[in-house]
Amino acid sequence: MRQLRGWPVNWLIQLDPLVGLGTLLTTRTVYAGLLWGLATIVLTILLGRFFCGWLCPFGALHQFVGFLARRNRSTAVKINLNQYHPGQSVKYWILIFLLTMSALEVLADLIRLPGTHGLLFGILMLAALAWMIFKAARQTSAKPKKAGIMFLVVITVWLLLSAVLNGDQTSAASLQIGLLDPIALVYRSVNLVILPLVGRSFVSVSTLPRAYDGIFPIAAVFLSAILLNLSVPRFYCRFICPAGALFGILSRFAVWRVGKTKDECVACGLCEKNCEGACSPTSQIRINECVLCMNCLNDCRHHLLTYQIAASASGEMPGPDLSRRQFIASAVSGAAVVPMLRISGHLGKNWDPALVRPPGALPEKAFLSRCIKCGQCMRICPTNVIHPAGLQGGLEGLWSPVLNFRIGTSGCQFNCIACGNLCPTAAIRPITLDERLGRNRFADHGPIKIGTAFVDRGRCLAWAMDRPCIVCQENCPVSPKAIQTREVFNTIDTGSKLTVAKAETVYIEFQGTGPGMNQLATGDYFAVVQSSADHRPRRIVSNWERGLRVAEGLPFDPLPKPGSRIDIQVRLQQPHVDPNRCIGCGVCEHECPVPGERAIRVTADNESRDPEHALLLKR
Amino acid sequence: MDPDPNRDDVNRRQFLDRLAKAGICIAAAGAAGFWFYDSKGPLSSAPQPSNLTLKDFSIGLPRQKMSIIRGADRAATLGMALKSLGGIEKFVKKGDRVLLKVNAAFASPAMLSATTHPAIITEMTRLCFHAGAASVVVTDNPINDPAACFTLTGIADAARKAGARVVLPSDDLFCPITVKGAALIRNWPVLYKPFTDIDKVIGMAPLKDHHRSGASMTMKNWYGLLGGRRNIFHQDINGIITELAMMVKPSLVILDATTAMMTNGPTGGSLSDLKHTNTMIAGTDQVAADAFGISLLGRSLDKLPYIGKAQAAGIGTADYMKLNPVMGSI
Repeated sequence: MRQLRGWPVNWLIQLDPLVGLGTLLTTRTVYAGLLWGLATIVLTILLGRFFCGWLCPFGALHQFVGFLARRNRSTAVKINLNQYHPGQSVKYWILIFLLTMSALEVLADLIRLPGTHGLLFGILMLAALAWMIFKAARQTSAKPKKAGIMFLVVITVWLLLSAVLNGDQTSAASLQIGLLDPIALVYRSVNLVILPLVGRSFVSVSTLPRAYDGIFPIAAVFLSAILLNLSVPRFYCRFICPAGALFGILSRFAVWRVGKTKDECVACGLCEKNCEGACSPTSQIRINECVLCMNCLNDCRHHLLTYQIAASASGEMPGPDLSRRQFIASAVSGAAVVPMLRISGHLGKNWDPALVRPPGALPEKAFLSRCIKCGQCMRICPTNVIHPAGLQGGLEGLWSPVLNFRIGTSGCQFNCIACGNLCPTAAIRPITLDERLGRNRFADHGPIKIGTAFVDRGRCLAWAMDRPCIVCQENCPVSPKAIQTREVFNTIDTGSKLTVAKAETVYIEFQGTGPGMNQLATGDYFAVVQSSADHRPRRIVSNWERGLRVAEGLPFDPLPKPGSRIDIQVRLQQPHVDPNRCIGCGVCEHECPVPGERAIRVTADNESRDPEHALLLKR
Repeated sequence: MDPDPNRDDVNRRQFLDRLAKAGICIAAAGAAGFWFYDSKGPLSSAPQPSNLTLKDFSIGLPRQKMSIIRGADRAATLGMALKSLGGIEKFVKKGDRVLLKVNAAFASPAMLSATTHPAIITEMTRLCFHAGAASVVVTDNPINDPAACFTLTGIADAARKAGARVVLPSDDLFCPITVKGAALIRNWPVLYKPFTDIDKVIGMAPLKDHHRSGASMTMKNWYGLLGGRRNIFHQDINGIITELAMMVKPSLVILDATTAMMTNGPTGGSLSDLKHTNTMIAGTDQVAADAFGISLLGRSLDKLPYIGKAQAAGIGTADYMKLNPVMGSI
């Protein structure tokens, strides 16, 4: 079910523990294949950052580009480029910032503990007090007085916070790791930039060329990350990558590690010539920066470097390089940013109706706590209707899936459930066809609605311009159709009044000028005799400069008198949307012949996923 | 003023050398300017009128033929309908390259009858190869996603299993076409390339309700050859269907009315929209086939102006009884 043509296309995402950890914090569950992340965590604790050096496609790309850029540089230049830089701790700030954002709900619950689970809180505090008294009695605590004061401060602040923290949704978590997580970034960039570019320019990788709206910033982030390798090797891995930071923290107690077997060496520095992690193997190695590229093992002429259980003979730097102050600054800004963004109210009454999500998408708040913006749904969508969002869903929803009915081959396909069955985090639920269509077990719920189509009567050919059309009605896939038509006959302006000179049963000749040559013979125009008892419109089958002929089926009876007036009417079928039946698939908007802004457009009104967006009174 | 003592004097040779190079550069720049000079600016560009037309694929019988066979088994009724017209060999000769224009408009399963049923594609392809056809191509430019349409309708699978080639409508297969005497199809992109090396064309359409035009049958089926922003033609649906029938002169048309879509057309979507009318129509006259098809939908000819217009344009006759259609049943 989660494979594309037999390939496990989500496996790398699932192996990435940052995706698993992020969604664990936001949802308190580990969804299906994300459990693979546990395998990576276990292996990282045993082996160190093997993922960075051996599995990560972004890392491999960086290493390759770096190799190309520096293949003719001198050893001295290379060694110089691979020195540890204090800026490498920035990635830990980023990780803490993103994880605090994800953990906000869990943290809020923790703060509320005295109120919600008073007994548990009391037991915890008593246990802490007992521990401190125990330590003070054994005289192992350096400053028992200071510890006691800290204890009281913590309890007071905790109780105070729990009393003032209110429980509205602005405190909810938001999963934003996908912005910088290397796996989500690579998937997104390959799915939305690289593959369409290759498909358009070289070999076709899809039936029709794929288009994606607003991919420039996605491409810019991807290309910048790659081009930065030209000046600094593995810039992204060393300075930015939050997954690398997570692996760095996990590898602190790695069982096997790179290190020197003897402290004394000639200090030639060759081991740092190709050091990908900039982790200073020559001196005190930084285990949390080491990506296990193993280049130092090869480059050391004296075979002093090895992968071993013992710590390096020259000592190790305990890492990560992160002060308490930096930690708190990252955590506090991470905690503040989501509630701040949500002041705009875009999850409440100020929601943007342009944000039409794929069928099966969770309610917006739950959706934002799962979507990693990997673009898998956009890639698998057979009609190319799912696109990376701009700011429709606020800054939080950047690059999350939104439907654009103007692009693609044909709206959101009625009998398709591909996106939800591929989504690695279930931000779009894996629905069944029965649920989507409201059949069998789901008959009571009706089909899943992602929005509603609205006719723009000021732009519609049949409503505003007296032109027959109803392409929207024709293409509506619902049975019975959600777009119904009502027949009207509108009198049109023919430029001059048509006065009968002579009439026969199906034939009229006019005094003076008539309706012109043959443009009324399309089968949609009718002749009506003014102020006659018989008002029935008669279909015009042909017309010329001075007269017209109507269909044989309905002859004039009585014949129009000379001097009487004839009206020309156009038969129109005007479209009406039944919001009860409309599922918001957008085929009508895609097919509408009004070229610019379509005359029928889908917005998220009445979408099933949020009862607050309901349009109709339920009886 | 004294010359700068640090400056090396340029000697005559160097000066002449430099002067020559400068001269060449100036001459080149001047020549380029002259070469590319444009005093008028861009003119409003009218598209080159296209003289491309589709070939006449009709087999040139002295008089048009038609057969109407009753029965529920599509393969059997199709076989009998063709037999009563003189056999498939009358239409497809040895070595012929045949194109089947199916209706694959919507990505819905065959049981909903919104598209040409795979069973008659299998049977028709088999019959064509039986008559010695060199190749069979199946194509259409659907409304929904093309790949999804051909897959979900079962058409692609049926065609490939029977040995036919499925051609999906990629952009490079469309060419602007002008139909002689037409007002609408002038320089309009049409799925032309698949027709270039074809000897026989067979139109295969299901019988469907169609709100705008009254019914979608063999003539309306050619709509699936149009490219571009073809939906604007709904403003004159009768005109465009008539011109489509002028554009394509098929060797044979099949109207499959085994299961007719009576309501909610042309998409359908529910079994309750369908009725088993158990009829297969084959013939060389698209107007006659459609005129008979309407009677199965229980509609009258005067609700479908395009039939009368097509007859007036000399494409065929709405009075199908004139063709002495072979009636039969299984």
